[in-house]
Amino acid sequence: MRQRAWSRLFLYAICIFMSLFFLMPVYVMLVTSVKPLDEVTLADMWKLPSAFDWSSYQTAFAKLAPNFWNSVYLVVPATLLSAILGALNGYVLSKWKFKGADTIFTLILFGMFIPYQSILIPLIQFLREIGLYNTIPGLIFVHVVYGIPITTLMFRNFYAAIPDEMIESAKIDGAGFLRIFRYIMLPLSVTGFVVVAIWQFTNIWNEFLFAVTITTSSQQPIMVALQNLSGSQIVQWNVQMAGALLAALPTLLVYIFLGKYFVRGLLAGSVKG
Amino acid sequence: METVKTVSERSVTAVPAPRKKRKWTADHWLAIAFLTPSVVLIFIFVYGFIGWTGYVSLSNWNSLVPDLSFAGLKNYVYLFHDFRFQADLRNTLVFTILFIGVVIVLGQLLAVLLDQKLRGESLFRNIFFFPMALSFVVTGVVWQWLLNPSTGVNLFLKKIGLDSKWYTDTTIFGGFHLGKIEFGVPVAIVAVVIAAVWQMTGFAVAMYLAGLRAIPEEVREAARIDGATELQIYRKIIIPLLRPITVSVIIIMAHISLKIFDLIYAMTGPGANFVTDVPGVYMFETTFRGNYYANGAAIAVIMLLSVAIFIVPYLISGRKGGA
Repeated sequence: MRQRAWSRLFLYAICIFMSLFFLMPVYVMLVTSVKPLDEVTLADMWKLPSAFDWSSYQTAFAKLAPNFWNSVYLVVPATLLSAILGALNGYVLSKWKFKGADTIFTLILFGMFIPYQSILIPLIQFLREIGLYNTIPGLIFVHVVYGIPITTLMFRNFYAAIPDEMIESAKIDGAGFLRIFRYIMLPLSVTGFVVVAIWQFTNIWNEFLFAVTITTSSQQPIMVALQNLSGSQIVQWNVQMAGALLAALPTLLVYIFLGKYFVRGLLAGSVKG
Repeated sequence: METVKTVSERSVTAVPAPRKKRKWTADHWLAIAFLTPSVVLIFIFVYGFIGWTGYVSLSNWNSLVPDLSFAGLKNYVYLFHDFRFQADLRNTLVFTILFIGVVIVLGQLLAVLLDQKLRGESLFRNIFFFPMALSFVVTGVVWQWLLNPSTGVNLFLKKIGLDSKWYTDTTIFGGFHLGKIEFGVPVAIVAVVIAAVWQMTGFAVAMYLAGLRAIPEEVREAARIDGATELQIYRKIIIPLLRPITVSVIIIMAHISLKIFDLIYAMTGPGANFVTDVPGVYMFETTFRGNYYANGAAIAVIMLLSVAIFIVPYLISGRKGGA
């Protein structure tokens, strides 16, 4: 028994050590961002502030606020649209299978693994052509299109768990494609929508490659602005830390309050149906 | 093959209908109509655009003005003789191996730990998972400071006599000459691997944990009755049962690491002597900062092929397994 107690202690020690590793950046971010300017020296990085000073948040917010709102205007419509599209696709590909449906599904799925560099040059040409280059609607469009594979996959897996018998008996009762979706599938899809919406929200908010290549200055989402902030030499690093925290806050809050669904999304997206 | 099946099914319908037989109705057409826009979008924006990128990669378009005249494999030949691209290939290879290796070992270890019914398990789990909710850009910005040679963790390490140069180190460990570059492990890459591991380990933990929870308790019970120790149970039974998950983790981490861009761009950039450069960063800079579109397209095609080697067999085997 003694030995068992020691081994438990050992397990806790590893867990705590690893937790410190995972929390270290958060500590530095928090501590630095509330330090008064004269304590923001590299040598005192790990020391606690002598007093709270919110000025770095003011500076960071002043610099990042317009981009923060750009991200909001981008992420809300893009998330909703891609969730709806995914729900419809998932419904068709799980409950109205036709010959070749699985092949089409696999072909769609491939789209979520490609490096987006391999479509970026034509994509930008295309967006310039239709006048959506350097616009938030342009970015929304891009995220909806390239969100199709993952949202379709998630909804297809989700709907596969709804028994076919329910669909069959509804058909016998005379319900068609749309009525079954509206009155059977949708009411059962709340969790599915939450999982997919959280996933898309997090991914689109955090996305960088499309954002940095499709938009410039005033149209840029927050992650590009944050990168610019950290790239410029004149910005103090307490401001960078405050900026990083501001940029991370929305997805962090979503994780803190809805983490269970976030992890479900992660598993739904990685384990194929 | 499939047509034969339909014919035989039709002849079956002549006999009084078995209920399982589905009729092709207007609703089926409606279903296809709803799917069509997405399929069309994917075919244009994924496959069509990949094709177009491939075409650009074979062209002379290496300035602001599009020039789509055929150049053959010129851009590819250029890249494979290019110091920077050779360094990128080395870095990607080293990064991918280190990153996947650490994520798998750490992911499995932490998942097994969390499976020991410890007190505060959900707290630990959340601590291991939350970096996944962050952007690679945020991770890059913060770790850039933590692994800065004159600050960050070095303030501790110096006390125990270590003084790493982290991502500013230009040493190539175990290097030997290959092509134009020094081939080996660029020490600077380790810094980027640490940041990437910090962000992505939670993913592996989540997957392994789901796998562990799916193993019925009877399996362990039976092994215990047969006199196996806990360690043996893990080594001989549980870990082998997790192998399919390891395959999934490898595939997912490989495709992330082969196309990585934002983390490195935000954290270190190409680095001195390109010690932390990767194809994603090179592609971005040469295309959108240097206007070498054809070269950029060629890099993109090479990236796509490297990802496809992992993904295509995975997708195809997944379909067979599912059917």
